[in-house]
Amino acid sequence: MADLLDQGIASLAKSLARKEFSSVELTGAYLSRIAAHNPALNAYVTVTAEQALAQAAAADTARTKGTAGPWAGVPFAHKDIFCTHGVRTACGSRMLDNFIAPYDATVVERMRDAGLVMLGKTNMDEFAMGSSNETSWYGPVKNPWNTDLVPGGSSGGSAAAVAAHLCPAATATDTGGSIRQPASFCGLTGIKPTYGRVSRWGMIAFASSLDQAGVLTRSAEDAAILLQTMAGFDPRDSTSVDMPVPDYLAGLGQSLRGLRIGIPKQHFAQGLNPEVEQLIRSALAEFERQGATLKEVSLDNSHLSVAAYYVIAPAEASANLSRYDGVRYGYRCDKPVDLEDLYKRSRAEGFGAEVKRRIMVGTYALSAGFYDAYYIKAQKIRRLIKNDFDRAFAEVDVIMGPTSPHTAFPLGSKSKDKDPVAMYLEDIYTIAVNLAGLPGLSIPAGLLNGLPIGLQIVGPNFSEDRLLNVAHQFQLATDWHTRTPGVAAASRGDR
Amino acid sequence: MAWETVIGLEVHVQLSTRSKLFSGSSTTFGAEPNTQASLYDLALPGTLPVLNGEALRMAVKFGLAIGAEIGKTSIFDRKNYFYPDLPKGYQTSQLNHPTVGRGSLTITLEDGSTKTIGITRAHMEEDAGKSLHEAFPNDTGIDLNRAGTPLLEIVSEPEIRSAREAVAYLKKLHSLILYLGISDGDMSQGSMRCDANVSVRRLGETAFGTRAEIKNINSFRFVEKAILVEAQRQIDLIEDGGKVVQETRLYDAEKNQTRSMRSKEVANDYRYFPEPDLLPVVIDEAFIASVRDTLPELPDVKSQRFQQQYGLSHYDAQVLAADRDTARFFEAVAAASGDAKLSANWVMVDLQAVLNRQELAIAQSPVAAADLAGLINRIKDGTVSSKIAKTVFEAMVAGEGSADSIIESRGLRQVSDSGAIESMIDAILVANPRQVEQYRSGQEKVFTFFVGQVMKESKGKANPAQVNELLTKKLKG
Repeated sequence: MADLLDQGIASLAKSLARKEFSSVELTGAYLSRIAAHNPALNAYVTVTAEQALAQAAAADTARTKGTAGPWAGVPFAHKDIFCTHGVRTACGSRMLDNFIAPYDATVVERMRDAGLVMLGKTNMDEFAMGSSNETSWYGPVKNPWNTDLVPGGSSGGSAAAVAAHLCPAATATDTGGSIRQPASFCGLTGIKPTYGRVSRWGMIAFASSLDQAGVLTRSAEDAAILLQTMAGFDPRDSTSVDMPVPDYLAGLGQSLRGLRIGIPKQHFAQGLNPEVEQLIRSALAEFERQGATLKEVSLDNSHLSVAAYYVIAPAEASANLSRYDGVRYGYRCDKPVDLEDLYKRSRAEGFGAEVKRRIMVGTYALSAGFYDAYYIKAQKIRRLIKNDFDRAFAEVDVIMGPTSPHTAFPLGSKSKDKDPVAMYLEDIYTIAVNLAGLPGLSIPAGLLNGLPIGLQIVGPNFSEDRLLNVAHQFQLATDWHTRTPGVAAASRGDR
Repeated sequence: MAWETVIGLEVHVQLSTRSKLFSGSSTTFGAEPNTQASLYDLALPGTLPVLNGEALRMAVKFGLAIGAEIGKTSIFDRKNYFYPDLPKGYQTSQLNHPTVGRGSLTITLEDGSTKTIGITRAHMEEDAGKSLHEAFPNDTGIDLNRAGTPLLEIVSEPEIRSAREAVAYLKKLHSLILYLGISDGDMSQGSMRCDANVSVRRLGETAFGTRAEIKNINSFRFVEKAILVEAQRQIDLIEDGGKVVQETRLYDAEKNQTRSMRSKEVANDYRYFPEPDLLPVVIDEAFIASVRDTLPELPDVKSQRFQQQYGLSHYDAQVLAADRDTARFFEAVAAASGDAKLSANWVMVDLQAVLNRQELAIAQSPVAAADLAGLINRIKDGTVSSKIAKTVFEAMVAGEGSADSIIESRGLRQVSDSGAIESMIDAILVANPRQVEQYRSGQEKVFTFFVGQVMKESKGKANPAQVNELLTKKLKG
């Protein structure tokens, strides 16, 4: 049974179809493993054991009747940013610690309709604001590769859960790198689709024009499967795009001969750990072996992306988080004396420091007299960044580079009372992709001192099929994505 | 020293869509609190807006009706402020790119002259909920049924110069939105709300004075009174050496005065920015054309037509065309009777008096258009005189039946039998020799005496035209 916990979705689905084991057995095995290892990692904030077993039983029944879809009965976890009907949806915040969502997010609905079994909800930075999963009200998540290190953020819980084999895959969201950076730190495949590809209905908003749902998996093949399930137009999200979703799995067999890979010189400049650079260059060599060509491209305005992001994202967040006022749901302070007291104390006590910092930054950026200098300026930069990518994609098919300048860093080293800008710079290679609305993917591309590093692959709008195929071809030829951290290896001792 | 009042009006019109601006909840007035609030209206985490296409059509319809530029790309913005009945902590509105751009409305003043008032813009926005204080001794209740109801905020240029012009503008606007069917226009239920920006300046000055904004005035009469009292307050203040401060004021109808609500110094900074959950609304010519096809004949055009087609005076045509139902009623009567001028008079004077007395809309008229036309036909063919017709009409209002049946049953038929009238005249001439002598000696004024005598003898039923003709013949003969 232990072996099955090391399998990905595609392989589990085959075994379930062959009735090698039931979904109830598989789900039960995962629940046991979560019970054993989650306390050390803090990857899950809610485990929905009863519901998971019921869903698993239903999937088994459907399979017996022949009505089950191909992925029915496969377990997974949701980032606690997706509203799940009847299950606490806290978004890493004390503000929503008591919030039981009365409806399902579109992503949740689609996964459930496909028969996938939700094991629980994963930890995250508060309102997805963070790059280390240290801002969560529920405490930091530990990196399964080394529990003294952060797993990355904001989807740190999802990343740790998949890396530690507490689930074969998990949903995640990415506003500035929150899927790709944890994928890099935890040795996973993570895809952030094109803005508008996956519905945001039911996904708690951080920065509406940047937020996008995706997945963290152990292979590009699994990412293709889950993204297929999640993606597509949703009339409830006006920013979702009404375009057919290609068959991602069917598109995984393409040769990379002739693929033009753009190498942005700005992503190989000062600040990049030279050993990381070396590993990334080796990975690029593998693509060349497969017939791809490399070409240097320039993303001239990439140095402005973090600054522009930290105006736009907090501005939108400052409005998005206004609804948490202690009036209708969520945290309310004890014995408010009047309306102002209710607002002030509920928000002061319900939000953590990083969330408050961003609300203040955003409020300031939108204020009379500062709006043009900050918000409008940032939007102009955003346009320039998009133009840079458009120019690059006129010459190349994909752009590759490191996902993060370094491997996972120690817990506490960039958080607490230290300079928040050091943390903001974590997303230096990933943020521009969100600003431009493009799809981006991170795959494991090597180990440095026993810690994974990620290769970021970025494509033009709606080129998820291309990115997944490129990643898959790399994974067919390499085994970095199969490397597992110590804690996962240790647990296999019971085989 | 003569003063001039400068007024700009901001009118919120509640669009009569079935569902809200950004959610599927019903907009019906008067439901149990919070029964018409969806996940989005409650601002639950993760919920998103979807624009109501019908509200957009209505806004465009209004824009076309006032000859406005229609924003090909309109953008919704978030207007941020905290209030318990504003669930999201921001109101979704349109700041820089409204759906309806510059247009105008022509009003008719009491002296019959017309004036065109510029409309700066009309933008779409969502309404807030309601805070309920009465029912809860130590708490405030929140009812979110109204939250998200679509509003069209129509902003005029500061081109209105008196309280009466303001009322004429509002009445014209009211007439227009009812014509267009985009709102029920019911001011008592808040379907049409008015904020007035009022300033004063010495006559001849070109710069505007400092304005005060009077919020939420909920009837035409109060608009007039509020503007008058506010303008006077400002004039008194300035004449006493004071200065008007820019502020928001509230009109207290009971005391007939305005009082300060909040001054601009402590006003909110709304921190508008484009709503990222909604894409820019792009409207193409085909959409505009499809909306234009649904436009009814509008009051001004209808009034023109009434003057040309029916030969009505400008005033009569305006009055009849101002209300869609009245115009429709008039045209039905005119068509069935073939006499537009008589029809116009009866609808505007006699029928309107009855409607006013019984507080009825013309749609609930106790006399149907076809029945009124029946009465007019009896006037035209001489069956009854205009005077007797009023008696018949009152009986019709009382529900006694059609004009014909009332004329028959009450014996009101006009006597047009010349023989009968002649013998009456003969008898009267014989009985009044002195007056006959007076007439024949040139005192023609006594003619009316004879007419009176004949009408008295016939109990009003003698055909007046015949009486005139026969009397003249007999007296001259």
